[in-house]
Amino acid sequence: MNIEWYIVLSSLLFATGVVGILIRRSPMVILLCLELMLNAGNLALVAFSRMVGNAQGQVFAVIVMVIAACEVVVGLGLIVAIFRRRLPLNVDDLRELRG
Amino acid sequence: MEAVLFFLAAIGALGGAIGVVALRNPFFSVLALIAHLFSLAVLFLLLTSAFVAAAQVVVYAGAVMVLYVFVVAYVGGGGESAWEPIPGQRFLAPLLGVAIFVELSIAVLGSALSALDTHGSEVPTGFGDPAAIGRLLLEKFLLPFEASSILLLLAAVGAIVLAARRREGEGEGSSEHSAKRSEDPTPSPTPGVTA
Repeated sequence: MNIEWYIVLSSLLFATGVVGILIRRSPMVILLCLELMLNAGNLALVAFSRMVGNAQGQVFAVIVMVIAACEVVVGLGLIVAIFRRRLPLNVDDLRELRG
Repeated sequence: MEAVLFFLAAIGALGGAIGVVALRNPFFSVLALIAHLFSLAVLFLLLTSAFVAAAQVVVYAGAVMVLYVFVVAYVGGGGESAWEPIPGQRFLAPLLGVAIFVELSIAVLGSALSALDTHGSEVPTGFGDPAAIGRLLLEKFLLPFEASSILLLLAAVGAIVLAARRREGEGEGSSEHSAKRSEDPTPSPTPGVTA
């Protein structure tokens, strides 16, 4: 398959993640949609790495995985903390930090 | 053969992504994301990056998703309200998604990257296998490697600080709670004292 197929698929997955973040209210599903976007970026990185024939792009993809794992850990910690305080798990109700 | 595999994996990845967005129950969303990640691992294998595919399955679909499943089971899938803060949000959002997809496609396909239309350059055998990635990580990218390990440590400590159950009347608990306790004229002994 040509590389452009992978790139178009990656942008399609990224757009799906964007739509998910825009329409969902639960913080957990929003985290999942962030994962979708990060993985779309990973796919583009690996595809470009294959296009150039240089494995350095794959190292970038591995680092992105590390970042995603950190983001998941902190995000889920926040969700558990919100749940413990009996606050609603809904991003529209959690608006105290809004300016 | 390669094309068939690509389209199967692409359908799996796209279906998983749509499932994450569309399914009501967060638990099913997590399962859809696991399917999505496995399909992406197949795509990575097609792009001859064996190590990234293995890491995707082991680290992502294995470890990270288990964390998600635990938290979903702990928090529970509460139903989402249908209330829209912005009128027409559910119709505007897909439009914006289509817009960003068209924009990204134009940006990538309209670029002057002539190699986009090829199968990629010729790569030697062993391209993207663990040995090659490990050599790159420990030689050329040693500093990012160490930085990411420190980042992981920080994230672990941060998650413990965020999610740990605070003991009653000890340290700096939640501000309202500790303020109420300090105003209390006869503070009840902490469980540790009586025990």
